[in-house]
Amino acid sequence: MPTYSIKINGKQQTVNVSEDTPLLWVLRDQLNLVGTKFGCGIGQCGACTVHINGTAMRSCSTPISVIADKEVTTIEGLSTDGLHPVQEAWKEVDVPQCGYCQAGQIMTASAFLAKNSSPSSEEIKNAMHGNICRCAAYNRIHKAVEVAATKLV
Amino acid sequence: MSDKKITFSRRNFIRTSSLASGGLLIGFNLFNSCKPNAKAPVDLADLDYKDFNAYIKIAENGAVTLFSPNPEIGQGVKTAMPMLIAEELDVAWSNVNVVQGDLDTVNYQRQVAGGSQSIRLGWEPLRQTGATARQMLVNAAAARWGVDPSSCTTKNGVITNANGDTLGYGEVVTEAAALDVPENVSLKHPKDFTIIGTDAVNVDIDKIITGKPLYGIDYKADGMLYAAVVRSPAFGKKLVSFDASEAKASGNVIDIIEFDNKIAVLAKDTWSAFKAKKTIKAEWSIDTPLESTEDHDKILKKLLQDKEAKVLREDGNVDKAFAEADKILERIYEAPFLPHNCMEPMNFYANVTADKIHLVGPIQTPQRTATTIASNLGRKPDEVHLEMTRMGGGFGRRLYGDFAIEAATISNLAKKPIKVVYSREDDMTAGIYRPASKYKIKAAIKNGKITGYHLREAAVNGNMYGLIPNFFPAGAIENYKVDAANYQSKVTTGAWRAPYTNFLAFAEQSFFDELADELNVDRVQMRLDLLQKVKGTTDEKIEYSPERLENVIKLAVDKSNWGKTTANIYQGFSAYYCHNSHVAEVADVEVVNGQPVVKKVTCVIDCGIVVNPIGAENQAQGGVVDGIGHAMYGDFAFNKGVPSSKNFDTYRLIRMKEAPVVETHFVQNTLAPTGLGEPTLPPAGAAVANALKAVTGHRFTQQPFTKNPEHLKVQKKEIIG
Repeated sequence: MPTYSIKINGKQQTVNVSEDTPLLWVLRDQLNLVGTKFGCGIGQCGACTVHINGTAMRSCSTPISVIADKEVTTIEGLSTDGLHPVQEAWKEVDVPQCGYCQAGQIMTASAFLAKNSSPSSEEIKNAMHGNICRCAAYNRIHKAVEVAATKLV
Repeated sequence: MSDKKITFSRRNFIRTSSLASGGLLIGFNLFNSCKPNAKAPVDLADLDYKDFNAYIKIAENGAVTLFSPNPEIGQGVKTAMPMLIAEELDVAWSNVNVVQGDLDTVNYQRQVAGGSQSIRLGWEPLRQTGATARQMLVNAAAARWGVDPSSCTTKNGVITNANGDTLGYGEVVTEAAALDVPENVSLKHPKDFTIIGTDAVNVDIDKIITGKPLYGIDYKADGMLYAAVVRSPAFGKKLVSFDASEAKASGNVIDIIEFDNKIAVLAKDTWSAFKAKKTIKAEWSIDTPLESTEDHDKILKKLLQDKEAKVLREDGNVDKAFAEADKILERIYEAPFLPHNCMEPMNFYANVTADKIHLVGPIQTPQRTATTIASNLGRKPDEVHLEMTRMGGGFGRRLYGDFAIEAATISNLAKKPIKVVYSREDDMTAGIYRPASKYKIKAAIKNGKITGYHLREAAVNGNMYGLIPNFFPAGAIENYKVDAANYQSKVTTGAWRAPYTNFLAFAEQSFFDELADELNVDRVQMRLDLLQKVKGTTDEKIEYSPERLENVIKLAVDKSNWGKTTANIYQGFSAYYCHNSHVAEVADVEVVNGQPVVKKVTCVIDCGIVVNPIGAENQAQGGVVDGIGHAMYGDFAFNKGVPSSKNFDTYRLIRMKEAPVVETHFVQNTLAPTGLGEPTLPPAGAAVANALKAVTGHRFTQQPFTKNPEHLKVQKKEIIG
């Protein structure tokens, strides 16, 4: 099995996995970074969202073989203390119900706000549309993105 | 409806002991004290509704740990149930650490997440638990001071006597543990609550937002293998043979296990298991005739027309009312199967060894599941140790322990610790679906009045639970009948968030709208007039309170500006009682770019005292949006036993852009709290459908509403400016 050296949350790591292994399962099963969630495996739900070179990507549909030389950030690495403005906003607004999709929601929101720190409501909706929340806590997610934006200014 | 008076005695305490590490641990058995009245539980007749207890642990340094007994599926009980204990214990919520209790059939009862019952049934006993522990701590402090306990007060974990001396709970906890358990402790008046009614953020929030292991799918154990399971591709097929040679030869695969008409691939990691599973070539035979939705439709429609069905409630003389009617309004409403689609796919860890059965994972019914597994494996129930994890959604799916039973069976055969992990495709195609159902509702009209009402249900596999026929409009119409028939299918079905009422409410509340049009009366006033007839009823079977339903209806009219909105806003009304709570909803639909869009829903809820307002609002909003999402998009069918969708590319769930703003209003009162996990969902579909009727001219009788795009075409002209 090929060996891959990848940079996850600022740390260089080596894994031995088949080349088609999605980044999601490398994170979860090989590196014990289980914050990134499995939802659908086909890039439809957003539960597995991570940042690859700062862009929100679906780790379930990104094979390990294309990760080399790229910087990957997961929910565990978004901040060292859980105090990223988006995490703070998520807590302040008390977004989660079951909470399972929230790591993906937070990763999508943080990548989005890094590029647009004063979004309109429509822009928030468009940005978050790809992430399913089965508990349908969309009102709270929307509000938390707004609150996070105020913290980023 | 009434809440049973609870007597409390020392026999309820079954364990009071000092901890080796210092501190007090009290186990509290409420088997005798928390018997729900004969009417409860209302919804999930197949659940083993008993009672439960709770644990409090107080350390000598004053730290308080509360064990939350019930499974957490996103409904918020891991936060709200300990709040009830903390309130009466009189500790600062910020000093409380909450831990999920494991399955413990000796010391806890009714460790179930289902039917929106956790808070309702826990309301008295959990507060009693806290109050009793508080009294023991006060008694210990009073004894040390040599004063009368009644002269002492408590606040935030500190006991104060009349002289102003203070002792922290931790300072007296060891003495308290040795004291007799007091009887007849008093509970606070709601006006004195300091925790109940205040916002408590989800107790797992820090772990959730930083991605800590929390869910069953995150669980790992030494030597654990990952199991992917090949199941029948269609309901009604049986495994004949299979070739797993390619799977066996692929990297990281350790074992292949055949069991119960299924094949498990055990691998060192999830991806290897998923991948190897796809290489297995299995032959299946047709075991029973393969069913299609087309067949179900025909069968259910016939059942709706049959002369007889199982009568669930009958008042007056319905046949006579219809025979004498000036006019009869009759409609048929049709619901598809629905998968639950919890975001966390089904999974469970099992390690079956000679000494014990260790189970870890997301399950709404831990006790029943543990008992079944012990029985299946020929083991004693006390050999099973089951740890409940936080669940990535439940919605009823995790009431059924099939995935845990699979895990235990595989571990038993493989003699290894394993975790079964479903792919999304497994999750959606090996479901225990909301049953497809149809309702025929008929109303007899004579002299401009509703004189008769007949509701017939035809459903796949099951029928509405015993108490639902006593929901509104039971009692409001003199000649009233509810009957039901079902068709036994090979397709597995079960409870889905707000079982039966999730669609029945849509059917009835849509019918009422049409009935009001037929009678040419105001649709809200018609409901209020019907409720007048139920007031003062002596019929003990009537489940809902006409006064409380009337109140939420009136509040919804007020809060939504019903009938007074600006042009281009079309409103739909719906009100429903279920799961012991009363809810009224108004949907505002606007025309945007020529399309009807649900912009806002006003939701008024009477669930008694709101324990945790910030959590309650979230539940209520989620229930409304979930209800709208499934009414608009949820579609699932079978073709020769094969499910129509396998993943979210073809199965549509509601997303951010389609979700309306949900404005919630909770009725303020001091009545005992009732459930919130389900009651806001059922009325949502009809609120939207009734608004869509105003916009499109189409009266929706089938879900999902998007099935025929023609029906969503706007008839009203968009008003700009």
